Amino acid sequence: MNTLPMEYGLLLAGILFVIGLVSLLIRRNIIFMLISVEIMLNAAGLAFIVAGARWAQPEGQVMFIFIITMAAAEVSVGLALILQLYHNLKTLDSDAANLMHG
Amino acid sequence: MELTFFIAAAVAVLATIMVVTQYNLIHALLYLVVSFLAISVVFFTLGAPFMAALEIIIYAGAIVVLIIFVIMMLNLTQEDIQHEKEWLKPRIWIGPAVLSMILLVELVYIFTADTPDTYRSTPVEAQAVGMSLFGPYVLGVQLSGMLLMAGIVGAYHLGRQKKKVIHRFLERTEA
Repeated sequence: MNTLPMEYGLLLAGILFVIGLVSLLIRRNIIFMLISVEIMLNAAGLAFIVAGARWAQPEGQVMFIFIITMAAAEVSVGLALILQLYHNLKTLDSDAANLMHG
Repeated sequence: MELTFFIAAAVAVLATIMVVTQYNLIHALLYLVVSFLAISVVFFTLGAPFMAALEIIIYAGAIVVLIIFVIMMLNLTQEDIQHEKEWLKPRIWIGPAVLSMILLVELVYIFTADTPDTYRSTPVEAQAVGMSLFGPYVLGVQLSGMLLMAGIVGAYHLGRQKKKVIHRFLERTEA
């Protein structure tokens, strides 16, 4: 059973992470920014799975379960924040939220 | 069999690029689901079938549906019936459909191929993951439980609409 070289999997994870990072930097729609964070978290989990498969150890998958838990908690809180932002500002533009009440 | 990994990886990168270049949120989410499906096939070829199932259930199932619910709740006004009609044109869903078909053909090939090396590396089954998760990493499981509890409380607190408790008399004098 010849295993796939680890570099390809890590390269895929790196490409996906960079796509998510670039999207996070250039988009101003706040839901797109949340989606970009999800892509980046998924790429990080992919890197853990690749590393776990390289040495055939379950630790990589354990870390992926933790990452997926964290992503679920993060997206619920983030969507609640988006609902509040839209309720207050009537827009999804993240630049609109640059003023403080005070 | 290395080809399955590379095709799934290409589909994942292509779908993710399509996600970040879309202007319509629903179209982006359509490609996002395809991206998660492709990464799930990558997990399968890497010998993590349990994680492939979790990826589909949690990411493509729960998280994307949650985002779609919020988009529906926001009730964006400029997207009216005409937009709804535009969404059903074939050129919108033909891209995700083709990419999903590639993944489906790949999955059928993986299951029907009689070669013993279905996985690209030694598979780690769910049992080993569970033994490790509740053995040395049980503290992490408890911390995850606390994190999820904090997420529930935070989402409830933030998502609650502020209810104005104003007496009828005061409301009339204000207006």
